[in-house]
Amino acid sequence: MSARFFTEYGDQIATLTLEHLWLSGAAMLFATAIAVPAGIWLTRSPRWAKPVIGVANVLQTIPSLAMFGFLLPLPWLGERAARIAIVALTAYALLPILRNTYAGIRGIDGSIIEVARALGLTDSQRLFKVELPLATPFILAGLRTATVTCIGIATIAAAVGAGGLGELIFRGVASVDNRLVLAGAIPAALLALAADAALGWLEHWFTVPAQ
Amino acid sequence: MSRAIEFRDLSFATPQGRVLLDNISLAIEEGTTTAILGRSGSGKTTLLRTVNRLVEPTSGDVLVHQKSVHTANLIALRQSIGYVIQETGLFPHFNVQRNVGLVLEAQDRPRDQREGRSHTLLEAVGLNPATFAHRFPHQLSGGQRQRVGLARALAAEPDVLLMDEPFGALDPLTRAEMQDMLRDLLGRLKKTVLLVTHDLDEALFLAHRIVLLSEGKLLANLTPEEFISSRNAEIQAYIRAFHRGERNTVPHDTPAEKPA
Repeated sequence: MSARFFTEYGDQIATLTLEHLWLSGAAMLFATAIAVPAGIWLTRSPRWAKPVIGVANVLQTIPSLAMFGFLLPLPWLGERAARIAIVALTAYALLPILRNTYAGIRGIDGSIIEVARALGLTDSQRLFKVELPLATPFILAGLRTATVTCIGIATIAAAVGAGGLGELIFRGVASVDNRLVLAGAIPAALLALAADAALGWLEHWFTVPAQ
Repeated sequence: MSRAIEFRDLSFATPQGRVLLDNISLAIEEGTTTAILGRSGSGKTTLLRTVNRLVEPTSGDVLVHQKSVHTANLIALRQSIGYVIQETGLFPHFNVQRNVGLVLEAQDRPRDQREGRSHTLLEAVGLNPATFAHRFPHQLSGGQRQRVGLARALAAEPDVLLMDEPFGALDPLTRAEMQDMLRDLLGRLKKTVLLVTHDLDEALFLAHRIVLLSEGKLLANLTPEEFISSRNAEIQAYIRAFHRGERNTVPHDTPAEKPA
């Protein structure tokens, strides 16, 4: 890729990268706000775990292009492409976060939970002082998977006009210009790798050594 | 002496119908240590756990200081009863000091009070606070972890202490050290202790009374002296099961060495 290419497209790449980050970031915020409390609730009502995680699983199997298409005719949502993109990406991010929050808390050594109860910790003290800190590495692992998936699928959001780095890729494909495809694909891949590394580092940092 | 704990016609069956406790009535005097012996599955742990309501009995009642545990505030009840288990259940993400002071933290006591109490208790269980307060559970040996578990159980100054095979996972020498420490500590603190154990020696060494459970039924409630001299067949079988090695180390007749 020549220097001329960058002078021509540099600004666009930067803007689209920010847009891409905004779409994935907003979706991750919504997904975390839904899936972490839902995962905690499932640990309190485990009989719901199978059906609820099942629904999140089904959401994930819907092909992304089809998902964007389904959302297009909906009122309010269909008015703005970014809304469609964020809702669809949120739906994809739910499963890994939900599953890992649930499994992370359920997987805590039974004797630790028993002692927390026996010491007279209230339910919320048990949750915030014991269960969530010990499940944090698992929850972060879920966030990591979800973030990488989100950044990848966000490239397809350009198909409904939501912007992001996918726009360069779609334009490159349409005009058979590999430079444009790479100008979209490489920053998207770098974003995914950076998010993976950062969350991986956090996950490691929060991991408690076993006894 | 008054009764610190009283079990009244206590029964417990699992939802599948297995009877784990069968009509148990038993009174524990204040300031005494009672060891609960019995085979695995005889209901020892279940009985212990009805006191702090980790297990809710099917029928009957448990009284702590003449008050039914079922009408008591659950959180206050549990905070007023110490609990020690074999796996210690130390919180791996907290250091020793925070583990010990957690009940006080749950009661919103100020930090300096929690730390002061933690240090006093660590000294009481034979751990130097300067060395151990900031260590994490994974940096401790099995015996040290049990000491921390005991210190934590004592943090809120409970009158009643429930101990479920506290030293069961330790090697014999460490176990003996822990038993010495516990006997010394209990002699000073005058707590009412319920101690579940598989170890007859431990029961004889630490307890004022020995209770034997069999298939959920109360079989005996005796002093150590009465227990040892009992003619009850099950108790005798229990005693015979210990010290089997001694019978094997009695000198045998060995053929005299022939002179050269």
